[in-house]
Amino acid sequence: MSRRLSQSHIYGWLLLMPAVIFLIAFTYYPTVATLAKSFFSQGTALKPAEFVGLENFQYMLEDDIFWKVARNNVVYAIGTIPISIALAILMAVWVNGRLPLKSLARMSYFTPTILPMIAVANIWLFFYTPDIGLLDQVSAKFGFAGHNWLGDPDTVLGCIIVITIWKEAGFFMIFYLAALQTLPPELEEAARIEGASRWYYFRRVMFPLLMPTTLFVLINAMINSFKLVDQLFILTKGGPDNASSLLLYYIYEVAFSFLDQAYASTLTVVLLVTLALIAIGQFVFLDKKVHYQ
Amino acid sequence: MFTKLKRATGQLALAAALGLGLTSAASAVELTMYYPVAVGGALTKIVDGLVADFEKENPDIKVNAIYAGNYNDARIKALAALKSGEPAQTSVMFSIDIYELIEQGAIIAFDDVVKTADEKKWLQSFYPALMENGKTQGKTWGIPFQRSTIVMYYNKDAFRAAGLDPESPPATWDEMVALGKKLTKKSGNTVDQWGAMIPSTGYPYWMFGALAMQNGQTLMNGEGNMTYFDAPATVEALQFWKDLGNKHGIMPSGTIEWGTLRQNFLEGRTAIMWHSTGNLTTVKKKAKFDFGVAMLPANKRRGTPTGGGNFYLFKKSSPEEQAASLKLIRFLTQPSRTAEWSMKTGYLGTRPDAYATPELKQYVKDFPPAAVARDQLEFATAELSTYQTGRVRKLLDDAIQSVLTGSKSPAEALGGAQKKADRLLKRYR
Amino acid sequence: MRPANQHQKFVVHLETAAAWLLAFLWILPLIYAFWSAFHPPEYATKFELFAPLSLENFREAWSQAPFARYFLNTFILVTTILIAQFILCTLAAYAFARFEFPGKSIAFALVLMQLMIMPEVLIVENYVTMSKLNLVDTITGIGLPYMASAFGIFLLRQTFKTIPKDLEDAAKVEGCSPLQILWKVYVPLARPTYVAYGLVSVSYHWNNFLWPLVITNSVNTRPMTVGLAIFGAPESGVDWSIITAGTLLAVAPLLVAFLLFQRQFVQSFMHAGIK
Repeated sequence: MSRRLSQSHIYGWLLLMPAVIFLIAFTYYPTVATLAKSFFSQGTALKPAEFVGLENFQYMLEDDIFWKVARNNVVYAIGTIPISIALAILMAVWVNGRLPLKSLARMSYFTPTILPMIAVANIWLFFYTPDIGLLDQVSAKFGFAGHNWLGDPDTVLGCIIVITIWKEAGFFMIFYLAALQTLPPELEEAARIEGASRWYYFRRVMFPLLMPTTLFVLINAMINSFKLVDQLFILTKGGPDNASSLLLYYIYEVAFSFLDQAYASTLTVVLLVTLALIAIGQFVFLDKKVHYQ
Repeated sequence: MFTKLKRATGQLALAAALGLGLTSAASAVELTMYYPVAVGGALTKIVDGLVADFEKENPDIKVNAIYAGNYNDARIKALAALKSGEPAQTSVMFSIDIYELIEQGAIIAFDDVVKTADEKKWLQSFYPALMENGKTQGKTWGIPFQRSTIVMYYNKDAFRAAGLDPESPPATWDEMVALGKKLTKKSGNTVDQWGAMIPSTGYPYWMFGALAMQNGQTLMNGEGNMTYFDAPATVEALQFWKDLGNKHGIMPSGTIEWGTLRQNFLEGRTAIMWHSTGNLTTVKKKAKFDFGVAMLPANKRRGTPTGGGNFYLFKKSSPEEQAASLKLIRFLTQPSRTAEWSMKTGYLGTRPDAYATPELKQYVKDFPPAAVARDQLEFATAELSTYQTGRVRKLLDDAIQSVLTGSKSPAEALGGAQKKADRLLKRYR
Repeated sequence: MRPANQHQKFVVHLETAAAWLLAFLWILPLIYAFWSAFHPPEYATKFELFAPLSLENFREAWSQAPFARYFLNTFILVTTILIAQFILCTLAAYAFARFEFPGKSIAFALVLMQLMIMPEVLIVENYVTMSKLNLVDTITGIGLPYMASAFGIFLLRQTFKTIPKDLEDAAKVEGCSPLQILWKVYVPLARPTYVAYGLVSVSYHWNNFLWPLVITNSVNTRPMTVGLAIFGAPESGVDWSIITAGTLLAVAPLLVAFLLFQRQFVQSFMHAGIK
């Protein structure tokens, strides 16, 4: 009995080993190394790196670009997540229902997901260009003056949020579609017989049943709100005056433009901690739902 | 018997040494070179052509010319290559990267590689204004290759339509405001044609360098460790830039996008644009109207920063590679090739004798705008460059954008930028 | 729910209109790209219905950047990653699904953590690692951080768990080793999961940008997304017609694949989501 068990142990670990090696090399070791590096100064050819304790973190707290970027990320998350989820549910309901030409609609909704963000950013740049861009051309027909959408610190983040919603909603729609198709149709019939309005049905029956999907999508959306910064490279490069900069973009800038890897590591630590908190939140909530054994 | 053996061994050794020497001379030197393309696509073909010509003349040198994107990309790539064990031996990078590269221990001065009298003369043969960004600590670290200045493009047809003389573009700040007002056309609430546009995304610090110089102020010193962002003349220049949009109404308020500026000019959305002379060839090809090019207007004096890329030599290279790189750079900066490069791209001819070549002479005669940037060199100054240049530049960029979008006043923004720059540069003094 | 009266009919029509409007808005950027790419530059911002068509932009775009090479790089990249993922994730999922060993739940928790800490977040440190391994500017270098995919492990584990044990027992009776059981029993039965995961993975890595930007330097390794970004950002300014032409060239394979295999795409993503 014990021999069979230990054979199972050996096999188990052997099978797991390759994946574990990769995970350690490219996820866990870098995480630890990033943390370690954030306690050292940035070395140059003339002056090697030295241990400086929490000095980098102090610099970060005094760095008003960091605070701006952090605030932007929060606004970005709040702006993109609820709206894209709401739109996703709406799209799923429509596509699942009796909409004429619904497969065309579904294709429309889902197309942004398969296009690389970097490719569509250029197109959106045209949309937002003042005066000759599409948005201004359309609004001119209604008598509005042109607006510098991407150049105005008050509107630029909103513009980026719109692009992200456009890209994400279709992706989330798919998950809701899958969930909707597992809902027994009798529920809808029963509700109608009882005389319940569609809104009541949605609020009291459908939405609660979609809760697991919503939680899954929510986690995905939160991760993406930290990860999706491709459009900044084309549209604003974080400007004007960092009004559209996001944490991951700032990390890229600091690490590869300013060549300050120590400070970039410090910023990465903040990002990692935030993601870890979200992960813990996911475990606490989703553990209640029967997905993991 | 021993002497015979000794002699044989000696002969063998000699033969071996000769053999080795011969093989090392016959094996080719391989060079890797990164270069940025700053004026749109087809340039890579021109560079490939030039490199092929060089390889034909120098069969023992093989060159990998790698297109790296824009200036930022080129610097990142070249430095990354250095760290990764597949270093480049030479590259074209931003002229203002010089301090960063020195601090990273990445480059060597040309003075250390140049040996013959001919080579030394070559080192001195470029326009002094263009050499400013390449010199520090008494040595030359960068050789001009694709250099530019800002010039003023203007729509002659628009001038005529506004009742202005198309051969008299504004020569002073006041004239630009006055003419700009006449050129700004509205229909109801919308502006159909702006008087002027100066871009404030992309490289706002570069445009601002012109305004500051026109107000008699440079932005930094020659050692890379001091900036003058909060000098009164600097603050004045930024106020003027802001006023163009907010007070005089000849420019859109807020920031103006670098990338779409040329399109805006070509579509007649603005009568005047400040842009790099590197755009000249494209504007010439695509403009459907009569256009002119002029020097930037003066306030206290004329002024423009130079711009563009220099050739650098990397430290991580053998003496043979350095000699080969020098050959390549000299080849590419010969007067006739400089002339060819200038005509095909719109960049400046980097040396006076390039303009003396018959091809460029004829080209300038047929197309006078090509000479504007060259003539402006007299009033040109170095582009903003210091240690920690990326960060310092960003401080100025952010300050400019915050003023143009109305978040801060010029004094406040520039004062803050200067303070932060001082903190960064203190340790280099 | 059948609309029983005029009011409800009106609401239904309103909804249909709203759904179509949204669909139109959603596809608008792509429509613009087609417009701008197929018309001469003068019409990039003018929408005249009978403007002349032109293929010149595509020719220009193709000559300005080595799209063919970029395609090849992307193709090699996604294929390499996919194959590696299949191998690594299958083995790991099998271990989690069918074996008992000490530390199993901790290991699984750590794997799940990777869902949160994606390689994009660790670009600074992973770059240093690749530098030390001499893998900067190689396609392998792009792919390595993604090869052990927590998502893949998770998905396959779920699938393996649903396969009835009797099949495994039958194979054991025939004297198969665990690896043979894996190959003969589990992998074939998990085919739908492999297809679904494959499509998701290929889509993701075809469109990935930030890490490839950081790790590649030259044309020989640059995937399509990075090539597009460089292509679209010359210092002097954008030329809409050429950029949209280039963009369409770049997304054409994905678009065509999507149009042809729309249902499979959608099903795959759905399948991947139901866990």
